[in-house]
Amino acid sequence: MLSVQIRKELQRANSSSFVLDVTFEIPPGITILFGPSGAGKSTLLDCVAGLTKPDAGRISIGGELLFDSASGANLSPQKRRIAYVFQSLALFPHMSVEANVSYGLANLPPDERRARVDAALTAFHVEVLKARKPAAISGGERQRVALARSLVTSPRVLLLDEPLTGLDAQLKSSIIDDLRAWNSAQRIPIVYVTHSREEVDALGERVIAIDHGCVIDSGPPQQILDAPRRKRLAQAAGFENLLQGKVMDLRESDGVMRIRLEASECEIEVPLGYAMPGDLVRIAVRAGDILLATERPRGLSARNVLEGRIDSIEQRGTIVVTRVDCGVNFTVHVTPGAARALELSPQRKVWLVLKTHSCHLVAD
Amino acid sequence: MEALFLSIKLALCVSAILLACGIPLAYWLANSQWRGKFLLESVVALPLVLPPTVLGFYLLVAMGPRGPLGRLWQSAFGHGLAFTFGGLVIASVIYSAPFAIQPLLFAFENVDHELLAASAVLGAGRLRTFWRVILPLSVPGVVTALVFSFAHTIGEFGVVLMVGGNLPGITRTVSIDIYDRVQSLEYAQASHLSLALLAISFAVLAIVYGMNRKVGRRLWAIWAAK
Repeated sequence: MLSVQIRKELQRANSSSFVLDVTFEIPPGITILFGPSGAGKSTLLDCVAGLTKPDAGRISIGGELLFDSASGANLSPQKRRIAYVFQSLALFPHMSVEANVSYGLANLPPDERRARVDAALTAFHVEVLKARKPAAISGGERQRVALARSLVTSPRVLLLDEPLTGLDAQLKSSIIDDLRAWNSAQRIPIVYVTHSREEVDALGERVIAIDHGCVIDSGPPQQILDAPRRKRLAQAAGFENLLQGKVMDLRESDGVMRIRLEASECEIEVPLGYAMPGDLVRIAVRAGDILLATERPRGLSARNVLEGRIDSIEQRGTIVVTRVDCGVNFTVHVTPGAARALELSPQRKVWLVLKTHSCHLVAD
Repeated sequence: MEALFLSIKLALCVSAILLACGIPLAYWLANSQWRGKFLLESVVALPLVLPPTVLGFYLLVAMGPRGPLGRLWQSAFGHGLAFTFGGLVIASVIYSAPFAIQPLLFAFENVDHELLAASAVLGAGRLRTFWRVILPLSVPGVVTALVFSFAHTIGEFGVVLMVGGNLPGITRTVSIDIYDRVQSLEYAQASHLSLALLAISFAVLAIVYGMNRKVGRRLWAIWAAK
């Protein structure tokens, strides 16, 4: 169990100061630290690893104190036995894969060192790359080597700072499977920092959401990311539509409230939240959660049907990004097949269908 | 020919001393948080701007029988320092120092800080991080420092003349010998010596720049792996 309770004031480049003030506990297994970039995630990891000194607080693993501002204890990074995989991976460019992996085992006798290095290289499927330099292997292989180098030292905690950025989903999940397999025997706490929604879905055990230096939510991924309670978190979690509106009335028996969107005539029903009639609120809706129809739909359970016109259509890979003007602008994602079948084109009249529970109330 | 060998001997001594003293000094300059660091940096860079005669003058005074350096030398070795090979080496080390320190400093400061953090997290102390990460990644800077201090010492004239005088076989380096020959209208000898100096300088630079590309790194990697 890793226990962290720290406070640190940071000076940003634009000279605004910023306070990191967090308290949390991380049990064995993967915990995701999720938040938009600039939320303070990397600084937090630096504090845990001992590379940056917090202004105040306490960090401990199990019963052992790593940092305590009250008693002045501050273990050096060398003595913390915490592994840290940086976003840049920081592989030593002048050393072979094997030399990189054995770097942290300098105190072991050569035989044991070789055995452990071989075991780590095999566990992460990079044993054939032993003699190569980091520049001569692929991005995914480098990530595997970085994990092997960190874990071969039998650390008590593993910190990962967006280590899988830039890999395709398949490669990511195979690396994560190897990481899980390794950790099934060790059972150490793994802190996995990311701002990518897909990684949270792929890893998903526990999520701690942080923003502006504070823990704003924690729990299972579905709870945190499917109903984000903050605007910046909603943006980070991939909610393309963030709409402002005014609460018209609460219908407590139906579990909904009616919201008028911005300066338009559109009214939608959303689940009841902490709001009173007249309050200004913000609603987050995923572009992929909106249905698009070319005729007025009937006989639907969905309560929110909005009429509008297509502003623009743009294909991005396997999704077609459609912008619809209903008095307020919506972004809707449809598949290329659906766009063809419906003969979508600019200026075409369409109807949008929003399920009540796809509309999430978020705070600023 | 004697003058040529003397110059090469002097340049080799100076390069070796500068490398041995320059590496720790540059490492300290690259990492120190000391506020007065800029003062030391300025002192190290002084020979770049001072005329050799000014530097030579102060060194001569310091090395003279009544100068601090001269007296220290006298009590340690029983003879004076001015107009000796030892004095010449000391003067050249000071005069060429910026040419060794600057490339080393630049190389050390340019090592990616995350590599150093990674090394620390993997349990390596400062010394191990220096030998295994900083120094191998600074090989081009080390080689540049060596070449520059060698080349600069071979080519120096003013400081040598001020501090060393012109004693054949002891302090008469090739650059001074050439000057002497020209003064006494021995143009043929002056031309041979000049050509030899030109050829040696070019060969050294060509070998080192060529090695710096790849061979140097590979040799270092083999050595460091042991």
